[in-house]
Amino acid sequence: MKVQFRNVNMSFASTRVLEDVDLDVREGELVCILGPSGCGKSTLLNIVGGFLQPTSGSVTIDGEPVTGPDPRRIFVFQERGVFPWLTVEGNIGFGLHKLSEAEQQKRIAHYVNLVGLRGFEKSYPRELSGGMKQRLEVARALAVDPDVLYLDEPFGALDSITRLQMRRELLRIWQAEKKTILFVTHDIEESVQLADRVVVMSTRPARIRRVVEIDIPHPRDLSSARYIELRDSIFAEIGLAHQV
Amino acid sequence: MYSPRTLSQRNRLLPFTGVVLFIALWQLGVAVSRNTLIPGPLAVAKGIGELAEKGLLVRYVVASLFRVTWGYLAALAIAIPLGIALGLSRRGEMAINPILQVLRPISPLAWIPIAILWFGVGDVSAMFLIFLASLLPLTVTALHAVHNIDNVHLSAGLNFGLSKAQLVKSVIVPAILPQLIVGMRITLGIAWLVVVAAEMIAVNSGLGFLIVDARNAGNRYDLVVAGMVLIGIVGVGLDALMRRLEKLDAVRWGYADAA
Repeated sequence: MKVQFRNVNMSFASTRVLEDVDLDVREGELVCILGPSGCGKSTLLNIVGGFLQPTSGSVTIDGEPVTGPDPRRIFVFQERGVFPWLTVEGNIGFGLHKLSEAEQQKRIAHYVNLVGLRGFEKSYPRELSGGMKQRLEVARALAVDPDVLYLDEPFGALDSITRLQMRRELLRIWQAEKKTILFVTHDIEESVQLADRVVVMSTRPARIRRVVEIDIPHPRDLSSARYIELRDSIFAEIGLAHQV
Repeated sequence: MYSPRTLSQRNRLLPFTGVVLFIALWQLGVAVSRNTLIPGPLAVAKGIGELAEKGLLVRYVVASLFRVTWGYLAALAIAIPLGIALGLSRRGEMAINPILQVLRPISPLAWIPIAILWFGVGDVSAMFLIFLASLLPLTVTALHAVHNIDNVHLSAGLNFGLSKAQLVKSVIVPAILPQLIVGMRITLGIAWLVVVAAEMIAVNSGLGFLIVDARNAGNRYDLVVAGMVLIGIVGVGLDALMRRLEKLDAVRWGYADAA
């Protein structure tokens, strides 16, 4: 197992945020953690990312306990995570200070291409669209060749068309780079489109209600009977009739 | 009907409207009043010409700028590291901030007697006053700017495995730069105010000295006002210089007009 959560509990002051979270994530798997806003799923991601200590329980990666942030596992925030004072090149090269100049240039060029930002190498984030900034942040994360990516509602601030394109991009990159990905979202459709497994969380204090295996190969047909069946079973699990 | 072009041409002349109006009112006031000591604009222009001829104009402006430069740079060298350190350390800030707040309302000019006691009458005293006047505003600016850093950027820096020193260099300093530059510009304005006052007491050159000296040596009010005009013009020049820093690519993101 790549990532293991064992009886993870988290409280802030007297508020319980996470309750007995137990989860195993396999190497190379794309797992979506799905729950309503404010339920504590971001807290869970911050714990595995090493930014927060759980109140009790343990998180291990490759059998080692997580003790702090680590460049082998990169956290991708919403688009505002890019450094506004650096160009596209500067951002992608940010984590590469230990490499030789030649190797840095090679990696920057590779990831500029991978996320489709060629021609924007010298641009600053303020000159980019929201979707481009998000791709830039993903490129900055991938450039250091981490084995796990944590994505915290990365497409939440994008318009719905850009969001769809970004999901396709992410799947393409995930298949090319073979990373383990933990993806936090409150969007049911998004989770069923992306994940190998969807971890459905309850409202606060967040517990795991159910883990849903999405057994549809990529590229997924969003009008297939199986897709709709899985999506609707999650809607039902959360207690929402799929009607407006 | 105005085309956009003529409108913008008119707008370009607008800043001079106030200046022309001011000079006209000044001339009118001098003509109406019978006070012969107060010089009109023309007399002041002649006074500036006289200073230029004697070589005093350049010498005094340079002398004042010299004092401001060194006092201000010394303050920068101490205030920025201090402000960053206090911004990063809650305990340090709790220990040091109260005394900074007590020192802040004391006008730098109140330090003149002590400056003379320590450094004598001369350049060093004037520079010390500039240093004092700049130190606290710069420190407080840096401290607040560190508090305002987006947590996401600090987390990202840590995630990429930066040491504390690398984090300061690669994240904290660039993140506070836009706010710091605004603080530096405002503080340079304060430093310029203070150097003139300091020169009235502590030295025998510079624009502040010119004003006191012109009055004492025979009521040359044309030169007094010439000194005032020069102070204003140099002040505007310093401000314009600092504003150019705000246009740098690496800081433009920090200002509201950056799209």
